Amino acid sequence: MNRQVTVVENILSANDQIAERNRATLDSNRVFSVNLMASPGAGKTSVITSTVAALQQDTRIAGIDGDLATSIDADRMAAMGIPAVQINTGGSCHLDALMLNKALEQLSLADVDLLLVENVGNLVCPSSFALGVHLNILIASVPEGDDKPYKYPGMYQGVDAVLLNKIDVLHAFDFDMEYFELGVQALNPGLMFMPISCTSNEGMDKWIGWLRQQAADYLISLGETGAIR
Amino acid sequence: MHELSITKHLLEVALRHAGDAERVTQLNLVIGELSGFVGESVQFYWDIITKDTKASESRLNIRRVPIEFRCQECYHEFSPGSDEFVCPSCESHILEIVSGKEFSLESIEVE
Repeated sequence: MNRQVTVVENILSANDQIAERNRATLDSNRVFSVNLMASPGAGKTSVITSTVAALQQDTRIAGIDGDLATSIDADRMAAMGIPAVQINTGGSCHLDALMLNKALEQLSLADVDLLLVENVGNLVCPSSFALGVHLNILIASVPEGDDKPYKYPGMYQGVDAVLLNKIDVLHAFDFDMEYFELGVQALNPGLMFMPISCTSNEGMDKWIGWLRQQAADYLISLGETGAIR
Repeated sequence: MHELSITKHLLEVALRHAGDAERVTQLNLVIGELSGFVGESVQFYWDIITKDTKASESRLNIRRVPIEFRCQECYHEFSPGSDEFVCPSCESHILEIVSGKEFSLESIEVE
């Protein structure tokens, strides 16, 4: 006999549960964590390299890098003297909470203040899979075009900040910054939008200052004093 | 690959709720347009990964939910065009997403 069973459960609930465990692990070690997402070539690694350079004097940073194959990006992080773990997703187009969970086990979290997670370069699905980190940031770039929030609304929604990279080449592209930002703000009311260039360093002070503030607010939310300065 | 990992999650949820039923025959999904989830490829993977499970030969019924915004100025609700997010009534850009993020299994049919 046929019968109907009511379920009403998020399809990715198993992933979300692991993401919650990741969050608890990070919080118990007071590790502020950031997930960086972008399409290939938008400048994730450049943003990470610049961010590490700006913060590493007074902040203990670690990196986790997701890639289809190779450890080029993790090697770049390691070359800057920070502990880095490579996750090869074996063809999968995104990091999920379980992959992050395994990678966290390989880091000495008690010795980390800031964890930078570089997601797989992809503008379709990483945003569907919660990782349990504290901030989700999307890095867009001028050459991709100003219509991307409208074409990939699923990817652009649910992020805490959007960095628009490569503004040093703005003059060479027909890129309407206001149109781009309106699309991004419609999907994330009140989000932080920061145009930057890793080449000319324009906008980088604002990004670094904002990130420091987020990390400080995080420690306050945990009832801690002392912050990433 | 994206859809493959999602179908694995879906199978796990469905089998858990199937309890001691012998077979799962249908699954009723609600999928928002913002979820980046393509129905056709899911059915393709679904047929492969459900072989030898109690969900084998089951059908996926997908109810797609379009993106809807609510204007924060005049409270008009609307589906946006493909290249602009603006209230058609008052032209405000201050909006809130009211639907389109759905991504759930609502019910299953078992026997």
